[in-house]
Amino acid sequence: MSGEHDHGHSHDAPDRRAVRAEALEALLTEKGLLDPAAVDRIVRHYEEDIGPMNGARVVARAWVDADFRARLLENGTAAIGELGLSGAQTEHLVVVENSARVHNVVVCSLCSCYPWAVLGLPPAWYKSPEYRSRVVREPRTVLAEMGLGLDGAVEIRVWDSSAEVRYLVLPERPLGTEALPEPELADLVTRDCMIGVAVPRLPTRG
Amino acid sequence: MAERASLRIDLEDGVAPPRRNGELVFAAPWESRLFGIAVALHERGLFAWDDFRERLIAAIARSEGSGAEWSYYACWQSALESLLDAKGLCHEVELDVRERDLAARPAGHDHPPTAPRPPARA
Repeated sequence: MSGEHDHGHSHDAPDRRAVRAEALEALLTEKGLLDPAAVDRIVRHYEEDIGPMNGARVVARAWVDADFRARLLENGTAAIGELGLSGAQTEHLVVVENSARVHNVVVCSLCSCYPWAVLGLPPAWYKSPEYRSRVVREPRTVLAEMGLGLDGAVEIRVWDSSAEVRYLVLPERPLGTEALPEPELADLVTRDCMIGVAVPRLPTRG
Repeated sequence: MAERASLRIDLEDGVAPPRRNGELVFAAPWESRLFGIAVALHERGLFAWDDFRERLIAAIARSEGSGAEWSYYACWQSALESLLDAKGLCHEVELDVRERDLAARPAGHDHPPTAPRPPARA
């Protein structure tokens, strides 16, 4: 940015990647293959419009509507379509349900597959080599390190995303939320709950 | 956005223990451009997402085996470049040339020129 390209950075430094990305965008634009305004629109869309609040709406609906929950577990893609959500890596969405005995957690061990339309783009740790390899081998330890200590009796199921399938975890509804309306329930559901590295909790008062 | 704001407040209250839940999706503008370029070309039907994914998996595996500093979007960049090269949409050589041209720009090319300072007088 400040023209310090030659001051001791390695050849593969981010500066170089930035220049190369700029070169690619310029070439594709000149060839008529790319509209930079489309890139702006896509980036803005993923940064601002879509995000975990979409998934949170899905979870809250499943908590209050048993029929919707059944349809969601049967065919995730069709059920989120009822809420106007579709596309972007959710063409084959499988929803897996937590219970007192089973906890689900999602990974993409080979790259970074993730249900964009319901969760937005994945966080850096989801893409990291450490999470991708370790959560498969030692999920209980990884979850504990992330702040989710699970009882030894709870079975942990790790779902590895494949070329076609994207997973979403349906967490358990917290106790004491019987009176909460659906939008407030959705507020309890964080992105991490739907990846399966956290569980929804009521805010601590006081 | 109201929903997002309330989620963030929940996090600050310590409701969601996992780390960095409020982080930015992209660490630098070039990462977001490369993301947007790949999605835009895919939306135009220039390649199937699985073709890109296969190359991304390969690039990630190479990077992890190389001991190089981890950068997810560096892998994304190399996957996208190799796919566009293979499809004849943008050849690596053209890219090398353009990259060299852009890198040769004078420092400060992307900033408005500042008024020259008068020479200091002794």
